[in-house]
Amino acid sequence: MATVALPRTERAGFQLLREPALLVPVIGAAVLIYLAVLPLFMLVWGSFEMEVAPREFVFTLQNYQKAYASEYTYSTFVNSLIFASGSAVLTFLLGTILAWFTERTNVPLRGIFVPIAVVPLILPGVLESIAWIFLLSPKFGYLNVWLQWMFGLESPPFNVFSLPGMIWVHSVGQVPLAFLMMVAAFKSMDPSLEESAMMSGANTWQTFRRVTFRLLMPTTGSVLLILFVRTLESFETPALIGIPARIYVYTSEIYLAFNEYPPDYGRGAALAIGLLLLSAFGVWLYTRSTRESKKFQTVTGKAFRPRQFDLGAWRWVGFGFLMTYFVFVVLLPFLVLFWASFLPFFATPSWDAVQKLSLDNYRYLAGFRPFWDAMKNSILLATMTATVAMILTSLVAWIVYKSRLPGSWLLDFLAFIPITVPGIVLGMALILLYVAFPLPIYGTIWVLLIAYVTRYLPYGMRTASGSILQIHGELEEAASASGASWWETFKRVTLPLLRPGIAAGWIYICIVSFREFSTSVLLATGESRVLSILLFTMFEQGQVTVVAAIGILMIITLLAIVAVFYKVSGRVGIQT
Amino acid sequence: MIEVKSLTKIYADGKNVGVKAVDEISFTVEEGRFYTLLGPSGCGKTTTLRCIAGLEKANGGEIAVAGQKVYSSANGIFVPAYRRPIGMVFQSYAIWPHMTVFENVAFPLRVGKQRHTGDEIRRKVIGALEQVELGGFEDRMATQLSGGQQQRLALARALVREPQVLLLDEPLSNLDAKLRERMRLELRELQRRLRITTLYVTHDQIEALSMSNVIAVMNAGVIIQEGSPREIYMQPKSKFVAQFIGSTNQIAGQVAKVDGDGRGVVRTDEGEIAAGLLSNVTQGSRVVVVVRPESVVLHRDKPPGRANVLEGKIGTAMFLGEYVDCTVELRKHVLQTHQPHSFQVRRGDEVWVELPPEECMALPAE
Repeated sequence: MATVALPRTERAGFQLLREPALLVPVIGAAVLIYLAVLPLFMLVWGSFEMEVAPREFVFTLQNYQKAYASEYTYSTFVNSLIFASGSAVLTFLLGTILAWFTERTNVPLRGIFVPIAVVPLILPGVLESIAWIFLLSPKFGYLNVWLQWMFGLESPPFNVFSLPGMIWVHSVGQVPLAFLMMVAAFKSMDPSLEESAMMSGANTWQTFRRVTFRLLMPTTGSVLLILFVRTLESFETPALIGIPARIYVYTSEIYLAFNEYPPDYGRGAALAIGLLLLSAFGVWLYTRSTRESKKFQTVTGKAFRPRQFDLGAWRWVGFGFLMTYFVFVVLLPFLVLFWASFLPFFATPSWDAVQKLSLDNYRYLAGFRPFWDAMKNSILLATMTATVAMILTSLVAWIVYKSRLPGSWLLDFLAFIPITVPGIVLGMALILLYVAFPLPIYGTIWVLLIAYVTRYLPYGMRTASGSILQIHGELEEAASASGASWWETFKRVTLPLLRPGIAAGWIYICIVSFREFSTSVLLATGESRVLSILLFTMFEQGQVTVVAAIGILMIITLLAIVAVFYKVSGRVGIQT
Repeated sequence: MIEVKSLTKIYADGKNVGVKAVDEISFTVEEGRFYTLLGPSGCGKTTTLRCIAGLEKANGGEIAVAGQKVYSSANGIFVPAYRRPIGMVFQSYAIWPHMTVFENVAFPLRVGKQRHTGDEIRRKVIGALEQVELGGFEDRMATQLSGGQQQRLALARALVREPQVLLLDEPLSNLDAKLRERMRLELRELQRRLRITTLYVTHDQIEALSMSNVIAVMNAGVIIQEGSPREIYMQPKSKFVAQFIGSTNQIAGQVAKVDGDGRGVVRTDEGEIAAGLLSNVTQGSRVVVVVRPESVVLHRDKPPGRANVLEGKIGTAMFLGEYVDCTVELRKHVLQTHQPHSFQVRRGDEVWVELPPEECMALPAE
């Protein structure tokens, strides 16, 4: 075939040149730059600035000096490292053991443990921390009190206000994520790889060591990495347990810089830049490692029926482990919140306490304005964020994967940026942006909407592009060849086919927005307060049983959102 | 009905370099004819079809469908796909999984400029479905149909608008062998009955030979030879066509003698072979003599008074059901031949090979 010089004008995809839809990519790029790039730019700018929103810019390195050359620098670094790596390892171990028992062995009743292992996802991180404080506090924690009473111990055996305590609480909240990732890894493993090892004469242990384990290595690395980054970015446990225990990590340092009087935005920004770089490096390693792991080709997109290991009598040990996990890690936090929500003040379960149980907390909340405002804000924000994010990402994904427009990969990259930005860093950046920006939305729920949409763009992008890639190009071309214009094709063929994927993305973003904490903690004030922030402030003020009641109502609302969604989507007729 | 003039399509490949997928090709499909573009993958046949459909914009040339110019680089005309009077069947069928059979076929009537009443749509859809023997399937979900049924559904959808031109992009390649054979017959019957101008793209020579009025063999973006199936098969004008259509034996040589009537003698390693000559072959030209496996006749004893008889030895004999695939070792070449069941030989048997002169063609060696 001859190669020739290509006329410049002919390289663009032609469909869009004929349609008003050419505007869409340009607008899309502008919106993405506004959401994902501008705040980061302001953050960098602000970290080199003498004062916030000054009349003139004065360059300084003082902020970095305050952030990284103080007496706390070393301890913060060490705490963050221990917290993140400890949580990553513990979460990974728990998730992998659960996944292995339920997917690859003959442990009794393992089928029912699969949905149970995912249940903690419904528990917001703030509530997870509060529930474990109820259980493991050295002063009044139920487990400590019981164990002391049962074994006649002098001192409480557990102290949640410690680094191991933080690691434990954060880990049990993250286990469902590790569990789902490892289940996927086990499921996509071709059993014939193990079978051929056995046919070559390897016994069970040799097969595991030389084949199964080796095949899981790349997945292990990437799961550990993503857990490490997520822990580093998290603020729930560092806020509720770390700050009272005076164990500070990067996220809490940023929060404290913002919360001291007068707020030191410059130091906050400098700290945020450091955390951002760390997190971006982790994400970069992660994407690299997942690309590398494709070489192993254990994931072919086919679902296999994995081989099951016969554990013999040991299967009861596995069953015992699963039951213990279910009772102590999944059930107990819910139970303790439920119990506490009926108490007038915090008390250990006893006959005495049972007599004091009442609905007073709920009655109080019924007439408590801030609660209803926060509830309204949270529901409004969750549904709006999910809707805006899914519309935006569907259009962007369509442009990236279908339009064949030159440079559309840039949109994909822009929409991916926020995944590297920790929630609290985004909050910091948005403060710096809207304090200086002539748009008067600081302190309203609109800045939260912008923050949430930005944060969850990558998630929306993933589901939207996944479902767009599944639509065979000929399905749209067939519509065109049948006489349908661009808009008719999009409306009658593309959109209906995308609907199941978009719906799944919508509900996911709705749930995570409803429980969002680490960005809101800097941005939600006064009127714009959301439920997670209300929980945090009231817990700090010591109204712990009312907090438990709010938590229970929050969980019920989340369940209701999911239920309503499934009802509605069922009626609309979502089918694949 | 379809007129294509010096059509060129360049694909971007890297920064400023393009690859000519279609290189100034021209052809005409007469009204009511079944015209096939045949060629190996990557030869530009599908690109040509997609340019005619309007799914790709060409870089040069002219396309007219049913007398109307739909593309012209000189006049800057480009009619988008949805305004062209075409029906198209895709390789993957492209049946919309979120619609019923009825809705799939009704779609072309519900979109675009012309408006139809509900009754009219119903009548036309049922008519189209009956045409492809899918009557009674209206309310099924499209995904519940088998491969062959989806194929017919795609055909009904392409025909329901009564287009001027039907475009088919390797529509049979996803079916199993048995079904493909039946669909070949049905598709041809339907086309002959409706007398719809049809452009068919395939890499399968049997599909092309059995269904077409005219075949154009394509390679590397250009049409190598155009003609009736019989011409393409019996009188290939180049080594490529001979090789691509059916299996062929080739013996290289040099033209020793040119007779007046388009015949001559070629000197080869196996001796002199009398063969048909193309007009551009002259005395001394380097050529290859091509002969089809089914044309080669084997004899136990030397047949008296025949031309082109060579001495050989049986290499392998493979029983394939319809015939025995038998290779014969000559001095320097191995010939592939098809023999009837009755011809019983064994490896190493001495045989006499007859290459009937009227079945041998000398083509220029490229």
